[in-house]
Amino acid sequence: MAKRRIKITFPQGLITEPLIYLLGKNFEIVTNIRRADVREDMGWVILELEGEDQEIDRGLEWVTETGVRVDSVSGDVLEG
Amino acid sequence: MAHVKCLRCRECGNEYPIEPLYVCDFCFGPLEVAYDYDAIAKVISRDRIANGPPTMWRYHDLLPVDAKMALDMGTGFTPLIHAKNLGGKLGLNKLYIKNDSVNPTFSFKDRVVATASAKALEFGFDMLACASTGNLAGSVSAHGAKAGMDTMVFFPSDLERGKILGAGIYGATLVAVEGNYDQVNRLCSELADNHRWAFVNINMRPFYAEGSKTLAYEVAEQLGWRAPDVCVVPGASGSLFTKVWKGLKELTDLGLIDKAETRMHIAQPDGCSPIVRAYNEGTPHVRPVTPDTIAKSLAIGNPADGFYSIKTIEETDGSAVIAPENEIVEGIQLLAETEGIFTETAGGVVISALRKLALSGVIKPDDVTVAYITGNGLKTQEAIEDVIHPVYTSPNYADFMESMAAREKKTQNG
Repeated sequence: MAKRRIKITFPQGLITEPLIYLLGKNFEIVTNIRRADVREDMGWVILELEGEDQEIDRGLEWVTETGVRVDSVSGDVLEG
Repeated sequence: MAHVKCLRCRECGNEYPIEPLYVCDFCFGPLEVAYDYDAIAKVISRDRIANGPPTMWRYHDLLPVDAKMALDMGTGFTPLIHAKNLGGKLGLNKLYIKNDSVNPTFSFKDRVVATASAKALEFGFDMLACASTGNLAGSVSAHGAKAGMDTMVFFPSDLERGKILGAGIYGATLVAVEGNYDQVNRLCSELADNHRWAFVNINMRPFYAEGSKTLAYEVAEQLGWRAPDVCVVPGASGSLFTKVWKGLKELTDLGLIDKAETRMHIAQPDGCSPIVRAYNEGTPHVRPVTPDTIAKSLAIGNPADGFYSIKTIEETDGSAVIAPENEIVEGIQLLAETEGIFTETAGGVVISALRKLALSGVIKPDDVTVAYITGNGLKTQEAIEDVIHPVYTSPNYADFMESMAAREKKTQNG
C-alpha cells in the first residue's frame, strides 16, 4: 500500500461537488483530510490518499479530469 | 554548534527533532527551523559579526548549521551599491542595489544551497540533488563538487541544452525527465520520500530556506546597522521574500538594529504571478497557475510560501507588483545602462516593479530602498537577443562614418 499527500484546489464551479467522497467510493482509495479552506469562490483541501499506487494514479487521473487541480503539498519543486 | 531548538510546523505548531523532515505529519503543513534566541543573544554582537569571514558565514550564529560543516565557497557579503544613476531616473535619492549576481555560481541560490549542503553533510547524506531548470542546478552541482558528494540534477527533457551545461561541468549526473513540469515535480517528491538523498529544496527545505536570511543581515550591516525603509524582492516560491523579512525581524529582536519598519514589496512576472493575483483579490490563498513567462527562474506556479508571502505583505504594509512581460527586458536594460549591472530576467522583473512603485509614489524620494538583484544576466542572454544591435561596417573610415550616421538616423526615427 502506498500513501500520497496532495493538495486539491477547486475552481468556483466545482466547490459544491462531492469529489473527495467519489474518489473514495469509485476507487480503492482511503481519503484522509488534514486541512482545508473552502470559500465561495475557491477552495482547497490537503489530504492523504492510501491505496495501491496504480489505483491512486487512476483516482487522481479521474479527479483531475473533473477540472480540479492536484499538486504536491509542498508546492512546486522544480526551480529556476 | 548551531543554536537550534527543533523543527516547528508553521501551521499547527507541532515540534519535530532536527532531522531531514519538511512536512508536518499531523497537518501536512511546512516545517521551519526554530532557534534558541536566548542562546544566540548571549554570543552575538555587531563586533563578532564584523570579525567573521567576508562571506555569508559571518552570520553563522543565525543559521541552522554547525559552522564546522560550512562549505565556504566565498558566497555572500556581495556589494550593496548606492544606485545614484538609476535613483536619479526614478526620483529615488537613497536607492541601493543588492547585487547578488556575483556569487560563486552567479545567483543568490548559493546562499540557500550553502546551508542545505552543509546540513546534508551533517546528516551524513552522500547524494545532493535537486530539480531545476537553471540557477539551482548550477549551485547544487558546484557545492556537491566542493563537498565531495555525488550530485544529481533533474529537469524536463525539452529544456534548452544551454540551461544545463552550467550544472554538468561540475560533474553532476544530469537526468532529463521525459515529462512536463508537473511530472518532474512529482517524480522528485517521490524520490525524496523513498531514497536517502538530500534534495536541497524538498527534504532539506527547512534548512535551505534559512540561507536567504543572510540577504537581510548583509543589507542591514552594509547600511550601517539599520533596516531599509523599503525592499523590493523577486517572487517565485515566496521563500526569499519571507526570509528577508524574517532576517530583519531577528536582527530587531536581538537588538542589533532598531525596530525594522520595512515595507516589503514582492515582484512577479505577469506570466507567473499567483502571489500578486491572490494579493489583489484580497485573499491569502494562492490559486496555482501554469507558468508562461520569460523569467524562467521565477516560474513557480504553485508557490510553497505563497500564503506566508501575503502575510508578510500585510504585516509590513507592503504590496505585490506585476511586471508586464514586455517590460522585463526593459528593466534589464535600465539597470545595465544606469548602473553597469547585467542581471537576468528576474532582475528585470524587480527593476520593472521598482519603477512602477517609484513613479506611482508608493516609494518616497527619501526612503532607503533596496532592490534585490538575485542572478546574473549571462544566464539568460537569449532574453535580450532582440534588443542588442551592433553596427556593421567594413574596415574603412568612410564606411564606418556612414554606418554610424545611418544608426543615428534610425535612433532618431525611433
